[in-house]
This record gives sequence, structure tokens and C-alpha cells, in this order.
Amino acid sequence: MTITRGARASRLTAYAALVIVAALASAPLWAGPSNLNLLTQVFAYVALATMWNLLAGFSGLVSVGQQAYVGIGGYALFALTMFGGLHPLVALVMAGVIGGLLALPVAALVFRLRGAYFAIGSWVAAEVFRLLASQITALGGGSGTSLPARIVVDMAAGRQAREFMIYWTGLALVLVVIGLAIALLRSRWGLALRAIHHNELAARSNGVEVTRIKLLVYVVAGFCTAMAGALIFLQKLRISPDAAFSVNDWTAFVIFMAVIGGIGRVEGPIIGAIVFFVLRQSLSDLGSLYLMMLGLVAIVIMLRAPRGVAGWLHDRFGFEPIPLERRVTYSSTMHESKPEPQHV
Amino acid sequence: MRDLLAIASLDAFYGDFQALFDVSLSVGEGEVVAIVGSNGAGKSTLLKSIAGQIATRPDAIHFDGAPIGGERTHLLLRRGISLVPEGRRLFPSLSVEENLLIGGEHGRKGPWTLARVYDLFPILKERRDQRSTSLSGGQQQMVAIGRALMSNPRLLLCDEISLGLAPIIVREIYERLPQIIGDGMSLVIVEQDIVQALAASRRVYCLQEGRVTLEGASATVSRESIAAAYFGV
Amino acid sequence: MDWLNSIVQGVLVGGLYAMFAAGLSLIFGVMRLVNIAHGDFVVLAAYLALVVTQALGIGPLASLLVIAPLMALIGYGLQRWLLNRTLGDDLLPPLLVTFGLSVIIQNGLLEVFSPDSRKLQAGAIETATIPLSPDLSIGVLPLLQFLVAVAMIGGLQALFYRTSWGRALRATSDDQSTVQLVGVDNRHVFGLAMGLSLAVVAVAGVFLAVRANFDPSMGPARLIFGFEAVIIGGLGNLWGTLAGGVVLGVAQAIGSKVDPGWQLLAGHLAFLIVLAVRPEGFFPRVQA
Repeated sequence: MTITRGARASRLTAYAALVIVAALASAPLWAGPSNLNLLTQVFAYVALATMWNLLAGFSGLVSVGQQAYVGIGGYALFALTMFGGLHPLVALVMAGVIGGLLALPVAALVFRLRGAYFAIGSWVAAEVFRLLASQITALGGGSGTSLPARIVVDMAAGRQAREFMIYWTGLALVLVVIGLAIALLRSRWGLALRAIHHNELAARSNGVEVTRIKLLVYVVAGFCTAMAGALIFLQKLRISPDAAFSVNDWTAFVIFMAVIGGIGRVEGPIIGAIVFFVLRQSLSDLGSLYLMMLGLVAIVIMLRAPRGVAGWLHDRFGFEPIPLERRVTYSSTMHESKPEPQHV
Repeated sequence: MRDLLAIASLDAFYGDFQALFDVSLSVGEGEVVAIVGSNGAGKSTLLKSIAGQIATRPDAIHFDGAPIGGERTHLLLRRGISLVPEGRRLFPSLSVEENLLIGGEHGRKGPWTLARVYDLFPILKERRDQRSTSLSGGQQQMVAIGRALMSNPRLLLCDEISLGLAPIIVREIYERLPQIIGDGMSLVIVEQDIVQALAASRRVYCLQEGRVTLEGASATVSRESIAAAYFGV
Repeated sequence: MDWLNSIVQGVLVGGLYAMFAAGLSLIFGVMRLVNIAHGDFVVLAAYLALVVTQALGIGPLASLLVIAPLMALIGYGLQRWLLNRTLGDDLLPPLLVTFGLSVIIQNGLLEVFSPDSRKLQAGAIETATIPLSPDLSIGVLPLLQFLVAVAMIGGLQALFYRTSWGRALRATSDDQSTVQLVGVDNRHVFGLAMGLSLAVVAVAGVFLAVRANFDPSMGPARLIFGFEAVIIGGLGNLWGTLAGGVVLGVAQAIGSKVDPGWQLLAGHLAFLIVLAVRPEGFFPRVQA
């Protein structure tokens, strides 16, 4: 009996991923500044959607308040560079740490709410952070502030070097976030998460520490989301409470990506983010009509194909680029009848 | 005797799991039929299929001549099919009287009224304003039966009404059966207690692993054949 | 006296929050559904009032005779043809579908009415006050709003506990499968509950439109106020929503007295404090 994790698919995915990452890493050679800028936005959104998917799709923590951590990350980056004198890249990682730490007291409160009420509770938490941010006069209060020119200039030698640096930071960030999500889901905690998803009561009675695992996921999501937020506002160079804690930009769009791509599959948010940006590039002129259409698409998908594009690819073609489950394969000598490979 | 309920080759599924295989059965007007069988034999599934809680082929079940398989539960109640579910399933936020009243709200008109249910089970009148959860198991079972009667069913389905009750309470409830079916109501009782079931019924079906393994008159069927049908020996 | 004045205003605003909360609490009680678009429906009702008052030349309160039934109809239809399909063991479909609805309503209103803020004119009643003392007076309109909220919650309470309709709602809340055995169509009851919820929302929307400026983007904040009032008051208790609304209103009034920027923050903090020290709220009850 051998336990594998869809070895062939994994290997294929690994080769494909290597090619894609190599192509993306060399993008500064072949893409212009505006495309690099766009790609960086895609990276940030993939990171956000991956983390939302980890919360909602795998851990039953449906949050409508992840904009809290985007804003915290952005504001932490501005504060640490402006008042702490840190290099923006160091500040970006520190912003993540701050996001992860702040997730602890937030969780202590919102984890008291169950299910759908958790969703709104997390939203209230984000509102609180938004209102607090608008009280920080040193960072421009309600109207916000720009990153001082000296920090921007000191970041790297020249405009192009700065653009490349932000781009590569974005690429590194999205790789770290996806890698972290996969590692977490494949760990024993990930196994426990799927057990919880299957049946929380049964998992509890089998000694799975449901709340601690959910807390772990929530903190990891806070860490990664805050880093993504720091990146987003490092790219924008300007921050304000309304932009930093926007539920539309940092949660609604992210939810659309996860829903369209496929909730509960690691590749879902990646697919969803690509679809989202393609739609946005071609339809964003429509303004609010475009947003209405997105809402409609999300509703239709939720009703007709709740597992999204990735789920459809999986069911229809067996497409599973990032297997999480281990497969048990029995060799035929051990059993007279050869059972089908089983998911554990 | 005219058939009120006629089931022909009924299959029933829970997802991919098949719980009933080719079950055929009939209940005459005013007849009491018992269905016995061990745990997991498919007795409850059969009642749930009749009451519309499990999807079935439309023509697998006929009631009063009309195909009713798969019709929704609340519509079947209007036709006169009422189920006393296993475990009683009273509404905990309703008082005893409210549990009875809601039973009569959407059913048929007929002899069963609040007053008549209270005559049948006088203890319920004393407890009318209490929450149903504060009653003893036997009293809760009386509420469940009363709630079903309030809809004036033509066919009453009772799922394991003796489950978890003291023998003396079970006897007390079964002693009321003649009063319950006095107006020509048909009755199907599902029981694990074979003696009780045989004593109360005219005919008996035995289910085993989702199939009918025995059908006969309750008075003449032998204990040996029941045991054989029950355990498959 | 200034402080007392603020607190009285806070109490009266609490009535409006209680209206937001009652509609939310009702559908959660009956079918465990949380409608993320709840606040957007409040704003939709405000815009409907705008259209109806202009088209028919009637006052805002009279327009309720049209808008409340209309919203109830919308609620019933929405539940029967859309939301009933999302109900089940999985939490995500109802949440995300109502989230999608929220986005559609907000942007639909933007498309039709532009982002400019509007207000409904109610005439002389808007500025009328009842002087209680030389320093303290109560606006007639806020008082009316509060009294309507109390009457509405009292009415809902009576409906739930005194009528056969309410019996069906409570029984469905208890056990939506068994309720079908007594002839109640659970899908229909869910539709009625949503219809009732949006009728309450209609009243809240009209008062919102008369009391203050409104624009298409203000729905989510109304959802949050309603939600906070529900949690402060205790899940599933209608009178609790009134208490929760009042606590929230007073906290906001005190906050804004300290510093105008603190109005919303103070309300959220009151909610978070309740969540920290008494997560079951002040008047918890399991049933609606």
C-alpha cells in the first residue's frame, strides 16, 4: 500500500508552474511599465483571493471584513516608512506581522459570532479600523496622505529599478502566499480543516481543536492580507481610510474572484482573478452596469455551479493541478480484489 | 375492501443508497396494517415515502385511486395522509395546545377537534399551556398523535410510537386505538414490538433489508414465519 | 441639559435602528438566513418613496400604503424564486447570493438615480417640536418614528405569539421538515417571512428618507446598525431589538457629542463591548 498525492499531476503542475514563474520573473524584460503595473495588481488580488478562499472555502470563516487587513497593511507600511524610517520592503513584511498580531484581538471578539453573523461582525471590525485610521492626523486623518517623495526616491536607484522592485515583490508575495496556503492545507491542520468542513461536530468529538485551527488560519490570513495591502498601497503611493478599507475593492471583488474561479479549490482564486481582470479590462467602461453584471454572474454561479470554473474543470476533465488529498493505492498482491484508489 | 393506499414496486433511495426494493403493499379503507422488521429494514423509509418526505416515482404510490408518489408533504396532508413521525418531533417553541391547533389548521374538516383530542387524552387538557418539551415521553407521544388526528386524516401513519416509552404507557396508548379509528380511518403502524403490532392490526407486512419478506393476516401468521421473515433465517 | 438632549435624540434614533434590526431578526429567526442586502433594501425603499411621492403627489407617510405592500411582494418573490434555492446546510450560497443582490441594488440605484444625495420633504411636521422644558424639546418626527417602531415591534410580537400565522412561523423556525407534516408549506412561509421583513424595511426606509439625506451607497451601514442592534439586544428577541437599537442610538449620540468624528465609532465600540462581556446580548431567546 502506498500513499501518494496525485504524483503525476503534481509533477506536471510543478513543471508548468516553473515555466510560468520563469516567464513572469523575466517580465521586466518583455513587458512595459503599465503591464508590469497591471500584473502587480493581479498578483495582489490573487493573494487576497487565495486568503479569502482559505478562510471561507476551507475553514468555514466567511469574512466580509478582510478589507480590515488590507487597510492595516497599507497604513502600517506608510507609518513604518514615514515615522520608523524602515525600507518599504522591510516595512511590507512588518506590516504583515502587524496584521497577523491584530488578527488575534479581532478574532477574540468576532469568533463569538457564528456563521453568517461572523461575516457581518468581521465587517464591523473593518469599519472600526477605518474609523480609527481617519482619526490618525499624522497620516492625514479622513482625507489620507501620500508617501513622501524621499521615501519613494530612496527605495531604489531610479524609477525603473523601483518599478522592477515593486513588481518582483508582488511576484514573490503571491508565490509565498500560494505556497503558504498549499503547505497549510497539506499539513495535518489542513487535514483537520477538511474534517471540520465535513462535519464540525464529529471533528470536535474526535479531538480536533476546531477553534485553535480556525484561529491559526485567521491569523495567517491576516498576515498575508496585510502584506498584500502594503504592496497595493506601496504601488499606489497614496492612502486614505476610504480607499484602504473599501469593502468593494478588497472584499467584494475578491469574493467574485473566488466564486467565479471556484471556492474550496486552491487554483480557483487564480483562475477567478484572471477572469476578473480580463472582464475588467474589457468592460470597466460600463461603470456601475459592469458591477451589476458581476453581481448577477456571482448569483448565477452560486446557484448553478457553486464550485466555480475550477470545480467544473475538475468534475468534467479531472483537472486537479494542486492535489491536497493523499491517495491510498493498494497493490494487487495484498488484496484479492483490487479496490479503487480511495480519498482519505 | 377497497384499497385506500396501493403501493406497487416502490424503490426508494437516500442519495446513492437504495433503502427500498420493489416494495408492494396495500391498505384497505378502515383497515389497520402493521409493518414490522428489524432496525434498518426500511420501515421508516416506507412511511416517509408515503408521506412525501422522500422522492418517489409518481405511479409507485396511489392514494384513493390517484398517483401521489413524490407529491409534496403538505399537499398530501390535504388529501388526508398524516404521519406521526418517529421521535414525535413536536414544536418546542409551541405550547401543547398550539401544537394541536397547528395540526388542525391545514387539514381536512371532520370529527377530530381540540375537544375530542382532549377527550381522548385528558391529561393533555391539564397541560395545554405548557411547553411540549416539559411533558413526559408518553404525553409527548399523545400530543404527536393528537396533532396528526387534528387534520382528520383518512390514512394515519404511526412510526414507532412505542419507542422509548414504558410498557404501561404503550398499552395505554394502544388501548385508545379503537377510539381513534372508530370513524373508518385507515391506520398503518410501524413497530419493532411484534406482539403489540400483531394484536392491534388486521394484516401484517414484514420488511427485511428493504424488501417485503412476508405478508399475512395478523391473527393467523405463525411466530416461526415471522421470525424467518424478520431475521432471514 | 445639552447632554440630556443628545441622549433623548439617541433614544429616538434607536427606534429607526430597531426597525432595521427587526426585519433582520425576523428572517434569521424563521429560516436562519442573514440578508447581506438588508440595508440596500432600506435604501431601495427610500428611493421608491421618492418616486411614489413625486408621481402621486402624496406625502411620505401616505406613500407607505403603496411601498410597504410593494416591498412585501418583492420580498416574497425574491424568497420563493431565488433565496429558497440557496437554503441548506452550506452557509455560503445564501450569504454570497444576498451579497450579489447588495451589489446589484447599490449599482442599480447609482445607475438610475446618480450618486447625489436626496431627501424626502414631509412639510411642517419636519420642524415641529414638543417643548418639554425651556432647554429640552422633542421633535415630532423623531418621536413619531420611535412610536411607530414600538408599535411595529409590538405588532410583530402579537403576530408571532397570538395568531395562527405566527404559530406557523414559529413552528417552521423550530423544524422546517416536520412543519410540512401538519400541512404548512415551508417555502411559502419563508416567502411570507421575507415579505414581512421587507415590509418592515419599507417603513424604515421612508423614515430614513424623511429624517436625513440618503444616497445609493448608504445601505451597508444600515445593515451594520441593524445587525449591531440585533446582537446587543439578544438574538431572536423582538423587544430586544428595540433595546439594542436604543443602546446603539444613545452610544452614537454620546460619541458625537464628544467629537463629531466619534459618532459611528462609539456605536461600534458599544457593540464590541457587549460582544466581549455579554455575547448572548441583553435579552437572549432561542426562538423568534
